[in-house]
Amino acid sequence: MLDDFLIRAVLAGLGLAVAAGVLGCFVVWRRMAYFGDSTAHAAILGVALSLAFDLSIYAGTIATALAVALLVSMLTSRGHAMDTVLGVIAHSALAFGLVAISFVPSARVDLASYLFGDILAVGRSDLLWIWGGSFLILGLLCWRWQNLVTASVNEELAMAAGIDPRLERLVMSVALALLVAIAIRIVGSLLISAMLIIPAATARRFAATPERMAAIACIIAALSVLAGLWASLRLDTPAGPSIVASAAAFFMFAQVFRSH
Amino acid sequence: MTALIASEKLSINRPGTADPVLRDVDFHIAPGEIVTVVGPNGSGKSSLIRALLGHMPLIAGRIDRRAGLRIGYVPQRVQLDRSIPMTVRRFLSLPRWVGGQVAALALARTGVAGLEARQLTELSGGQFQRVLLARALLHDPHLLVLDEPTQGLDQPGIVAFYQLIEEVRRQTGAAVLMVSHDLLVVMGASDRVICLNGHVCCEGTPQYVGNAPEYRALFGADSKGTLALYRHHHDHDHDSHHDCAHHGE
Repeated sequence: MLDDFLIRAVLAGLGLAVAAGVLGCFVVWRRMAYFGDSTAHAAILGVALSLAFDLSIYAGTIATALAVALLVSMLTSRGHAMDTVLGVIAHSALAFGLVAISFVPSARVDLASYLFGDILAVGRSDLLWIWGGSFLILGLLCWRWQNLVTASVNEELAMAAGIDPRLERLVMSVALALLVAIAIRIVGSLLISAMLIIPAATARRFAATPERMAAIACIIAALSVLAGLWASLRLDTPAGPSIVASAAAFFMFAQVFRSH
Repeated sequence: MTALIASEKLSINRPGTADPVLRDVDFHIAPGEIVTVVGPNGSGKSSLIRALLGHMPLIAGRIDRRAGLRIGYVPQRVQLDRSIPMTVRRFLSLPRWVGGQVAALALARTGVAGLEARQLTELSGGQFQRVLLARALLHDPHLLVLDEPTQGLDQPGIVAFYQLIEEVRRQTGAAVLMVSHDLLVVMGASDRVICLNGHVCCEGTPQYVGNAPEYRALFGADSKGTLALYRHHHDHDHDSHHDCAHHGE
């Protein structure tokens, strides 16, 4: 059954959808949209390094995404404003990545697939990585759930309850790095943060509690994957952008309903 | 009576700098006591609270907390974000899950019974402050710590809130440590007032501090009259909530 490229694509997309739906809610609550963008753009640099040193693409993207997350927290602790730091890092990570990839002849050919994803080329081992990473992200978030939600509502309340907000930020950085790694084959570096933010933002209107918002975001992300793949086959459009476009369509449609 | 928290020669700096915020502060609070910290902006009131809670590194001195001390905390100005959906009920279960009855009881105790299903962002400032107080009361604290709990409330709301604090103390026996800008109202509701300005300027009963030259130098001499007004009101109109609305007008 897994021999069919379409089945593999659907499974890969759904693997990303469940993790992105839940993690995306935290990205929205903690106003980390731009942070997600920075780590996602850094993935291109990770791809270039992986190919140059003959490493797994997944290992390379996780490592660079984590490095960028650390760099951001280091620069902000030195007193730079968060949005300035992210503006510098998001674009320079992408620029360095594109420069680095030009030195790797094999990657130049598939540059577009790393920028916009290539879900229809997902293989069996990719599926293992994607679902493994997805479970790891969900496990991490479930383990820290109460603390993460408290720290997202208010850091002082969290501290008074004995929660260290720095630890929760680290958890978020690790989860984001993992997500970037599993998403790069599916929607590509440039559209990863869209998969985080759009389903979560759509779910906000229909949810009264954080948990319900996370569940609804998962469903919307999964529906976007299915709709995007269907459109891609029917209209012969690129799969990754079609998935994000479907998510955006759901978002627009949700605006019709009254907000919760 | 042994103190719940006591500090000795406590000194702290502004975070990340060598600027002193507090120097040589001796502080203590006894079980069931209501202590209010007043002082101008930048006098180190909130820093004292954070240090006592263990959120700030000490430069010198020591802090002793009674073993097993449970603290309920209402931080200064909790900014709510519309991006996170949060019912009152769910909020009370952060970060520790509490049962429905416990939650309902806490809400009833602070005068906001039945608000469980409401979104936090839909509450008025006064309701939200009471929900925060209910959350702080959930785990039977020995000590309630309130950092400027009435910010953003109007005058009647402020008076009603401090009456609630006294009521809560009477019911639960919890000690209360407050930081406040509402000098005159809050002082009347306190057992002891500490006037802070980088160090302890003066300390004692509300009447004593209100008359102290150090206090009047910081806040102006005419403040005393309003204090008397509050005490007068407080003595005679204890059970009439409507009269509170006229206070200070």
